[in-house]
Parts: sequence; C-alpha cells; structure tokens
Amino acid sequence: MIEGKIIRVAGPVVLASGLGGAGLYDVVEVGIAKLAGEIIRMDGSGATIQVYEENTGMGPGEPVISLGRPLSALLGPGIMGSIYDGIQRPLSALKEKSGDFLIPGVKGERLDIERRWHFEPRLKTGDSVAPGTVLGVVQETSVVEHRVLAPPGIKPGLIKDMVGAGDYTVLDTIAETGRGEVLRLAHEWPLRKPRPSLRRLPPTEPLITGLRVIDVLFPISKGGAAAVPGGFGTGKTMTQHAIAKWCNADIIVYVGCGERGNEMTDVLQEFPKLVDPRTGRSLMERTVLIANTSNMPVAAREVSIYTGITLAEYYRDMGYGVAVMADSTSRWAEALRELSGRLEEMPAEEGFPAYLPTRLAEFYERGGRVDTLGGGEGSVSIIGAVSPPGGDFSEPVTQHTKRFIRCFWALDRDLAYARHYPAISWTDSYSEYSEELLAWWDAVNPDWKNVRKRALELLKKEQRLEQIVRLIGPDALPDEQRLVLITADLIKSGFLQQSSFDDIDKYCSPEKQVLLLRCIMEFHRRAESVIKAGAPLVKITSLPLREKLSRLKSTVPNDRPEDIRAAERELAAVFDDLDRQYRKESLR
Amino acid sequence: MRGIEHRGLTLAEGPIVIAERRENSTYGELAAVYGRDGVRRLGKVIDVSEKVVALQLFSDNTGLSLDGAAVEYLGHPLELRVGPGLLGRVFNGLGHPSDGYPEIISSERRDVNGQPLNPAARVYPRDFIETGVSAIDGMNTLIRGQKLPIFSGNGLPHNRLAAQIVRQARILAGSGDEPFAIVFAGMGIKYDAARFFIDSFEKSGVLSRVVMFLSLADAPSIERLVTPRSALTAAEYLAYELGMHVLVVLTDMTNYCEALREVSAARSEVPSRKGFPGYLYSDLASIYERAGKIEGSKGSITQIPILSMPDDDISHPIPDLTGYITEGQIVLERELFQKSVYPPIAGLSSLSRLMKDGIGEGMTREDHRDLASQLFAAYARVKSVRNLAAIIGEEELSPLDKKYLHFGEHFEAEYLAQGEFEDRSVVQTLDLGWRMLTYLPKEELLRVSPALIEKYLPKEA
Ligand SMILES: Nc1ncnc2c1ncn2[C@@H]1O[C@H](COP(=O)(O)OP(=O)(O)OP(=O)(O)O)[C@@H](O)[C@H]1O
Ligand SMILES: [Mg+2]
Repeated sequence: MIEGKIIRVAGPVVLASGLGGAGLYDVVEVGIAKLAGEIIRMDGSGATIQVYEENTGMGPGEPVISLGRPLSALLGPGIMGSIYDGIQRPLSALKEKSGDFLIPGVKGERLDIERRWHFEPRLKTGDSVAPGTVLGVVQETSVVEHRVLAPPGIKPGLIKDMVGAGDYTVLDTIAETGRGEVLRLAHEWPLRKPRPSLRRLPPTEPLITGLRVIDVLFPISKGGAAAVPGGFGTGKTMTQHAIAKWCNADIIVYVGCGERGNEMTDVLQEFPKLVDPRTGRSLMERTVLIANTSNMPVAAREVSIYTGITLAEYYRDMGYGVAVMADSTSRWAEALRELSGRLEEMPAEEGFPAYLPTRLAEFYERGGRVDTLGGGEGSVSIIGAVSPPGGDFSEPVTQHTKRFIRCFWALDRDLAYARHYPAISWTDSYSEYSEELLAWWDAVNPDWKNVRKRALELLKKEQRLEQIVRLIGPDALPDEQRLVLITADLIKSGFLQQSSFDDIDKYCSPEKQVLLLRCIMEFHRRAESVIKAGAPLVKITSLPLREKLSRLKSTVPNDRPEDIRAAERELAAVFDDLDRQYRKESLR
Repeated sequence: MRGIEHRGLTLAEGPIVIAERRENSTYGELAAVYGRDGVRRLGKVIDVSEKVVALQLFSDNTGLSLDGAAVEYLGHPLELRVGPGLLGRVFNGLGHPSDGYPEIISSERRDVNGQPLNPAARVYPRDFIETGVSAIDGMNTLIRGQKLPIFSGNGLPHNRLAAQIVRQARILAGSGDEPFAIVFAGMGIKYDAARFFIDSFEKSGVLSRVVMFLSLADAPSIERLVTPRSALTAAEYLAYELGMHVLVVLTDMTNYCEALREVSAARSEVPSRKGFPGYLYSDLASIYERAGKIEGSKGSITQIPILSMPDDDISHPIPDLTGYITEGQIVLERELFQKSVYPPIAGLSSLSRLMKDGIGEGMTREDHRDLASQLFAAYARVKSVRNLAAIIGEEELSPLDKKYLHFGEHFEAEYLAQGEFEDRSVVQTLDLGWRMLTYLPKEELLRVSPALIEKYLPKEA
C-alpha cells in the first residue's frame, strides 16, 4: 500500500503527490471519505486520479491510498439478476446501506461474499488445469449454469486438493494448483483488459432478435456489432429493450450509460415478470444490469462500458452467447471528452480527445465469436446506441463508430414522428452480415434469401418513385408503378412496423417473419401480372385482402404459422380468379 | 462556519475569483466574499490546490474591488433551509426569502445539489394525470413522476399552457384529497411572467401550496445556476419527507443554460456546440433526473420545465440535450399558433415516453394507445399531403389525399384546439379522437383493430 496526499481538487479529477511507487490505472482510495478512484496519468506534477464518486468536501492535504492493483471486476456466481453501478457496486445492496440516494463513500461488495453456492466439481485432484479450464459448476439461476473457470492468468499445471461437491462462498478455496495458485469460485479481472480467447470464428450464425426489420432486412450475427443511431425519442432504448427481451442470446448484459434512471427501473421491474419463450423462466435470470445514469458521477460512466464488456466476456468464456446493450455510447464518449477537458488535453473534433476512435475500436473489438480457452464456443454481440447531437449522423461519434461496426440501424425522425416503430430506416440502414448468414438461412429457411432480396429491391424502387411523386403526385404514375407504392405500403404496415406494445407482435418468430414477407411479395407478383394482363389498378386496391395482409402480423400468433399459409392460399385463389377474368379479356 | 476571514484576492475574471488558500477550504464548499462596497457575495469553491482557490460567485461582481476584499469559508456546500413553512413563500434563487417575511423556522438544511437517486430505489411512474387538454391527455399523456418539458419559442403561449396544466391537473382514480404542492422556479424571466403565474395560482386558490424561487431578469444571471437546484431541494423535501405530490415548473431553462455558458467561458473551458460546455448534458441531467417516485414514499416529483428554442430550432443544443434527458416533450409550433390554434401543440414532434404504461384498460380506456397511434399516423400523412398540395395544387390531389386534408383541418380546429379554460375529460378526448377518424375511410384505419372500430367509431348518420 502506497500513501500519497491530495494537492489539488477540481471536480472529479484530483491531483496527488507521493504516489510515485504506484502504477498507472491502480485503484486508489481518495480522501478521508475513501472514495473510489483510479490513477489515469502519472507525470512530473504527480498522479492524476479520476474519482468515481461525488467528491464535494474534499481538499488538499487529505490522504490517497493506492491499493496496488488495477480497477477490476470480481467474476463469479451472483452476477445474474444484479444491478450494478459503473464500477460494479451492487445498487440494491447500497440502497440497504445508504437509503434511496447514493451517498459518496458507501462501500458494497461486488459479489455477495457470504452466500454459499452449491458447487459440483468437474475436475479431481491430479487433473490438469490451464487458463479457462472449467473447474466445476454452480447453478447460478434456474437458467444459468455458472461454469467456474480457472482464471486466464494462471500457469498450466495439475490440480492439488480439489474440494468435493458442497456449498461454498465465492472466496472459499476450492482447489490449489501444483504451483500453489489458489482457485476460488470467483476471480478478479482488470476491466480495461480484454479477456483472452483461443481464436476468432466467423460470424455465421444469426442473433435472432424477433424484430422483423432486423432479422430479415438488416440481420446481426452472434458475435457481431451493431450501432443504433438516432435523435432523441426515435427508439434506441426501446429497440435495445426489445432485443434484450427476445433475442436468442443466453446472457444479456444491459449497460445504461449516462441515460435515465427510470429506464433502468423499468428493466428491473419488468424483466422479472417476463417469461423467456425459450426457457419458460423469468428474463431477469439471464440478465445483468449496469446502471450509471446521467446524474451519477461521470468518471464511473466512463468505466461502466468496460465493466459491462468484461462481464460479457466472462460468460462468453463459459461457452455462452452473450448480447451486450450499451445505451448510450455517445454518453460514454462525452464522459471521455469531459475528463479529457479536465486533464487539459488537446481536443480534436468537437472537443473529443484524439484517442476517441482508438477507444471505440478497442471496445467493439472485444465483441466476437470465439473458441474459448476452455475449449467451448462463445460469443459477445454488441449493440451500441448512438445519440448524435441534433440527430445529425455526420458528427464524430457516429462517424467513428461506423468504422468498427458492421450493422447500422439508422433511426429516422420522420418515421418516429409518424409512430412507425421500430423507426429503423430501410434506406439508410445496412448489414454486412447478410452474406455470411446465407448458408445458415438456406439450411433453416431458404425463402429468407428470396423474399429479402425482392423486398429490398421493391423498397428501393419505391424510394425512387417517391421522389417523382413528391413533384407530380401519385396519380400521374402508370399502374404498374403505383402498384409498387401500394406493395411498399403493405410492407411497411404489414411487415416493417412492429409495436413493442402489441401482445402478439412484440416478438415475431423467424418462421413467421419469412412467411409474412413471402405473402406480401406473392401479393405483389400476382398483382403485377394481373395488371400486365390489363386489369385496372382499382381491381387491386379494392381487394379486402390488402387490409387482411396488413393485419396478419398481429392477428396470427407465432405458434400458428399455418394460418399465414392459409392466407397465402386465399390470396392465390383471389388472384386465380382475377387471372381467369383478365386472361379471357385479353384473349378476346 | 469557521468564521475566519482573511484578505488576499489575487485575480477576478467574470464570476470567477482567485484567492490564496490559507486554510482547509475544500472542493464545493460555500464561501462569502466581502467587497469594499460592503456587499456579501456568495460563491462556491470550484478548484482548490494547496496554495490557491478558485471561487465561482453566485452574484454579480460589479463593484467588487480586489484590494480590501475578504473571503470567508463557510465549511459546507450551498444549503436550503427546509420545513413545512416553505409552502406559500417566495425566495430568491439562492433560497433567501424575498417576500419580506423572515427565514422559515427550521433547523433542517439540505445541500441544494442533492445526491443522485439510486435507480434501484425508484418506482417506475405509471399514474395518469388528467390535464383536461386533449393534445396532452389523448396523445402525449403526463404521468406522475414524469419530466415532461414544454419546448416553446418567443411569443408562444407556453405560460398560459403551463398555467392551464397546473390549474386542471388531477389524478383519475378518485384520489383527489392527496396532499399536493407546486414548486415554481423562475430563471431570468420578466416580472410580468412571474406575476402571471402568481395571479393564476391565486385565482385557482392554490397560492398557499406554492413555493416560489424567483431569479428574475434583473437578478444576476449567475444566480440562475442555483435557482432550479434550490427549487428541487424544496420539492424533494415536500415529496419524500412530507409525502406530497409535487409539480415543479422550471422556466426558462434556456436562461439557465446561457448562464452556464457564461461561466464556462469565463473559466476558458473548451466549448462544445454553440459555445455551450461539453458537460451541459450532465449538468441538465442533474436537474431533470430529480423527478420521479421512490419506493416506500407516497410522494412524487413531476417536472414541467419550460424552455424557449432559439430561432424555433429543435436541434439547438438546449432543446436537443433536454429531449435526450426528459421523458418526452410538448412542442409548441409557430405554424399552428399563426392559425390561431390554442394550445399550438405540435402533432408529430411532441411525445410522452411514459404514456405507454399509464394508459389503457383500467387506467384510461382500452382504445387509448391504438387510437393515439392512428391519429399520429394520419396526421403525419396530412403533413406530407400538404407538402404535395403546395406543389401540384389541391385540385390535383387524389380523392383519398383530399380526405386526409379534410381530416387535418378538423383535427387541428377541433381536437388540438380548445379553450384556455376548457377542461375536457379523457373520455371526451378519446371520443373526440374517434370522431376525427370518421373523416377517413375505414380501410385506412390500420392502427386500430376492427373490434375497436366496431365499438368506438361513430356510425355515420
Ligand atoms: N418498437 C417500438 N414500439 C412502440 N413504441 C416505440 C417503439 N420504439 C419507440 N417507441 C416509442 O418511442 C418512444 C421513445 O423511444 P426511446 O425511449 O427508445 O427513444 P430513444 O431513441 O432511446 O431516445 P433518447 O435518445 O432520448 O433516449 C417510446 O417511449 C415509445 O413511445
Ligand atoms: Mg434512450
């Protein structure tokens, strides 16, 4: 332990002397109140420390103690279902201690150190152990089997003294290695350091989100990275909530970074009540929340992202598919900017530090699908919200983020104003994963590729026509082109729009997604041929079928795909009739 | 209070004063600077090193001459004296009585900066507040514990609307006798505006339940930085300790932000957009996030901040960052105002995010959500048809588009518009919404289910 002394306090950045022997990024206890902090710069003038708690009342002369270790997460059973602040302090436990408001200086253990977990060893004395080896398992929640891992930092060797099955706390010794390293249910890992894996795997399997516009048009892979940029109120948080609820990841890490308190409360109060369609258990059992809301200290906001990704990597290393929601990466970038300003660093674009793109890259790089050290396969998918000032995507955070993600779900203000949700623009969004996912979809549902392609083409055509319509009105277009507008409307209302509040439609199974779109595209194909045969457009616009197709999404539940097939047959019959009528007329 | 005074101010720049440090002054501490003019100016420590202290004054430094000035460190941050006696009183921005009566009797003081509420201690707000204004109740409902700002512009009737909301707001499910209070913070507004609110409170007989913090246009601009914090400290006391439902009106947040920009410039900080400091977002959040409900407490804090959008520009940093923090926004639109629509609440850009959990069966009515969604969708179409009509002429529009135009006229004149003293029940509002939909063909109503159409859409006579 090295003790120094505060020489200057200016907001959350504190300068201290006498810490020459401490390391950069060491954790420190700052001041008489022993607030949590981290050394972020060392130079001739002393150690610069960022303080993770509100430090009003702190002054020069007060002590600073370096704990001689980097800022770390404690990884072990007890994470699932928790809500943490940016530096992994358990918010529920803090509430018990200090009441409804966060009082600086209150301490809370990162994991419950008294609780006993039932541990079933998978190794016995004499077995070999290496970084990432699964030592045994603990049933953490009813849906998450916690695989207790040998820390990535240990040296390979043999197990000495493995305990038997039984109840242990996270800090109890469960084994020792031949080299004398102690193994416990939990281990420490530095937040800013990526956890190692064996090798990266290609992102060839989709992360199914249950949102049609994503899964069909702009899909994301397991281990992929997506950005959701949009002005205020366009639906970033709702999109992330929906994905966190219904996506087919095993584990969800939800980071509320500089956003609203009520949104975290919403998750905290709603998720336990929601049932995971795959496991039949509460969604909270696979979810952990990191909440460093906008009014909480800005330095801890900067770290919250790393805390989140470290927890995610840890579960990835157990062989799970993990999805991380980061809402919002812009607030994280602003925290960087604010701290950089206080350090009087040279600002680059719009006041952001020059290292902003590097930090963003490092963050997104921690996602991916990998072979784990322990021999399994796991993935971390990252979905980052971006909150561009004025909703203008040309600003630095959006622009740099674009370089490091491969899926861009652009939220459109006009769609949001018309309450077309999710307001994901089909013209500005893209996904680079669609090619890699072809093989998977071909095996599961070969129609995906076809309907997707045709729908995208049609929407593109509609976009061009809209430009003309804006100048001359739709009536001036030939019927075939007007049909494009009609089908595009049908795609929008019957397929793209999906309300999170519709009991049936809030989650859409992949099968239903493809069937719905196939129906609509079939409508288009048949209608086009009838029109070519000479039918007037009104024959199509007056079909009650149109309204029915629009409503299928919320009238047919996921478990009744046959109802959509029935609608498809009805559609065929209607058009067969029209066909007969007009083929005859054109023959005459 | 240490009671030690000493001299030796070395430099003053704008509201910033640099003093030699001779004792244990700490970050965030309150200090009093005495000028030769004998005036006591409060300020807080914003930067403290072993030898030097930077103070930011809360008041004007004109007339403050450096030699002969003295500083007194008070040993605590800026505090507000709280007690039931707050009700019915008027204070300045720093929390000193300005109504001619003495300080309130209470030994309890609270740091005006408050502490962040633990997200695990919040209760998600769900109780619908009926305001009697259709555009709000029907399409952008207000919820107890919500922060819902009014985005306005010069000359638009935001004060009249805010006063109408305060006058008419009530909770539906017959809990009428719950204790309530109104906290009003005026920052840089003119005396007339403050007078308007006082009169309005007086007329509706609630003045004795109002606490006012006024830092009017003629008060030092820097005092505005404290005003909302004093107000919210009072609100937190009333809500969480006395269990009251508190409605907080903060006006005009634009003046607050400009004061923040002034101080930031004086500190030569790297500016972000339009000269505002990079921490404007976090700073505003430390105000707006002080709305909500806490588990185990009966009270609540509902915030209605009012701000004027410079040049009616919603992407200006002040409305933009506010919208990123608050739970929606009521946007006033000049175009509607020019058509004499009162209240000129924009039909598309307004939003209430907490609406989703506070409406529907058992709260308002089963059709509320879908009906609102349908009205938004239809009105969005009206806007694009109007654009088209401006180019090709109204006569050239398709029959369907003409119907939309027709709908739009009625919607603005009958649904959005209402009297300043007209109080519509939510059921009236919902029925009115359905009546508007009769101007459109049934097949267009895809956002509402056939069952709801059957039940609520008035049958044509
Ligand atoms: N998929 C959806 N289904 C239904 N409603 C939605 C959907 N997405 C967004 N909304 C509506 O839009 C509102 C705003 O959405 P949300 O809070 O997600 O915006 P945001 O982009 O996160 O905004 P901010 O940047 O200010 O946090 C919601 O409260 C809800 O009313
Ligand atoms: Mg959001």
